[in-house]
Amino acid sequence: MFNFTLILPELFVLCMVCVVMLVDLFVEQRQQVLTYALTQLTLVGAAILTLCIYCIPTTANFSGLTVHDHLGSVLKLAIYITSFFVFLYSRNYFRQQNMGKGEPYLLGLCSILGMMVLVSAHNFLTLYLGLELMSLPIYALTALQRDKEQALEAAIKYFILGALASALLLYGLSMIYGASGSLDITQVANVIGANSTQHPLIFVFGLVFVVAGLAFKIGLVPFHMWLPDVYTGAPNAATLFLAVAPKVAVIGMTIRLLVECLPGLQVQWQELLIVISVLSMILGNFVAIVQTNIKRMLAYSTIAHGGYILLGFIAGTAAGYSAALFYTLAYAIMSLGAFGIITLLSKQGFDVETIEDLQGLNDRNPWLAFMMMLLLFSMAGLPPTIGFFAKLSLIEALVSTHFVWLACIAMLVAVIGVYYYLRVIKVMYFDKPLDNKPFSLAWDAKMAITINGLAILYFGIFPGALITLCQQLFWSGTMLN
Amino acid sequence: MITLNSALIVTAILFSLSLIGLVLNRHNLIVLLMCVELMLLAVNTNFIIFSHFLNDLAGQVFVFFILAVAAAEAAIGLAILILIFRKQKTINVSELNTLKG
Repeated sequence: MFNFTLILPELFVLCMVCVVMLVDLFVEQRQQVLTYALTQLTLVGAAILTLCIYCIPTTANFSGLTVHDHLGSVLKLAIYITSFFVFLYSRNYFRQQNMGKGEPYLLGLCSILGMMVLVSAHNFLTLYLGLELMSLPIYALTALQRDKEQALEAAIKYFILGALASALLLYGLSMIYGASGSLDITQVANVIGANSTQHPLIFVFGLVFVVAGLAFKIGLVPFHMWLPDVYTGAPNAATLFLAVAPKVAVIGMTIRLLVECLPGLQVQWQELLIVISVLSMILGNFVAIVQTNIKRMLAYSTIAHGGYILLGFIAGTAAGYSAALFYTLAYAIMSLGAFGIITLLSKQGFDVETIEDLQGLNDRNPWLAFMMMLLLFSMAGLPPTIGFFAKLSLIEALVSTHFVWLACIAMLVAVIGVYYYLRVIKVMYFDKPLDNKPFSLAWDAKMAITINGLAILYFGIFPGALITLCQQLFWSGTMLN
Repeated sequence: MITLNSALIVTAILFSLSLIGLVLNRHNLIVLLMCVELMLLAVNTNFIIFSHFLNDLAGQVFVFFILAVAAAEAAIGLAILILIFRKQKTINVSELNTLKG
């Protein structure tokens, strides 16, 4: 019932948050080396603890408040690894752009703790608390550059719309609670499953609000308007942070809510998701074409990728869910690299904003340009990169459930999407650089970006292991009910 | 005796009022924050109503957590608002328009 071993990673991160805070306050450090090292150590430690308890079979813990299962563990590991790279890429940025001393690391760790609670939630209460603990530090992180007007505007927009999203989600959850009489995810699923032919209208009413809240958090049309503004306005390092790990966590939440809690209402949410997904793919890809700001372009491409991820949920089979999860992990690696390079290229008093800022990157630093090219190829879905297999498995799942027309739309907009990714590559390779100074990186950043880029290639050529892992998570034996 | 339906209609009206306030308000950022709070209060009332009619305490426990989180949320919102006022000397929503495209 109360098994503290299973929440060891969360407890460890919580303790380390306090340690990092105190160390940052009381120890004089030049350039916050100690804070940074402790933060990265926390992530490594949490990853080791999660791996240690990985093999323990699926159990509901704390009277069903949280659950320990492989899905949660895999999502947590993805969150640690991507966040490790995020802190590595943004370390210089934090130092140069006057974003406080240890604050970014502290806020980041708090947010990571929230994500961990969120992806292992098995009760509406823990789900909500995890979601808020994830979101609140990110609002602060966005506003950390106190003298930049745009960042503040982005922060307040993110805050208002994020709060609206949580409120919508909560309203839907309260309706589902009222109709089922329970906050526990398994019990709600059982109540809905018990009378599978006739659902009270109140379930559907609640479901609409839940889906709206989720769409807000992932950033899907018609609830996407905050996303481009926040991505553009936020400091590059904050954009990098909020574009990667929270995405994984929110998709984890979507799996918990739609797949584990409300599978009985699949017919209803499928219809909603089809509309949202088609609109997101079309709007995201078309509007990205006309953007001149690279962060805004990537923001619209995020909306489109969110639409692709939903396709897996629409397919509604174990293959579909695992394809959606695989796409999410692939997308996390890709956006980590792309926003990471943007952050690395920013210097004191100079943020990479427009696509022109990347002009002639090949002349200044060929290796970085090559890595960026790999990442953009992968986002466009060209072989032999991971993005290709991610799209392929989604389309496979769709076709096998007879959504051929949906697969066709996905293919068509993907082809349109290739245009704006290739335009960036053209700017990097064939345009003359604005300043000819070669651009060099610190050894750790260089190694990280190399691992990141080669991971795209490696998982593109040998995707088997990752795909099998995703598929195993959705085998009936590993789910709790 | 208040019926479940009429109680739910009250919370639905509260919720829609705050949603309309969020969408229509073009003048004051503080009003936006108030709308967000009102929205969470509507949800709280909803939970209390259900908890009463279901004879289940879990809903009321949830309300305490939402109240606490709403307080933290308001703190962050007001902090950002003060930063904006310090920088721009105004909290007019329609003047927050540097991000477009």
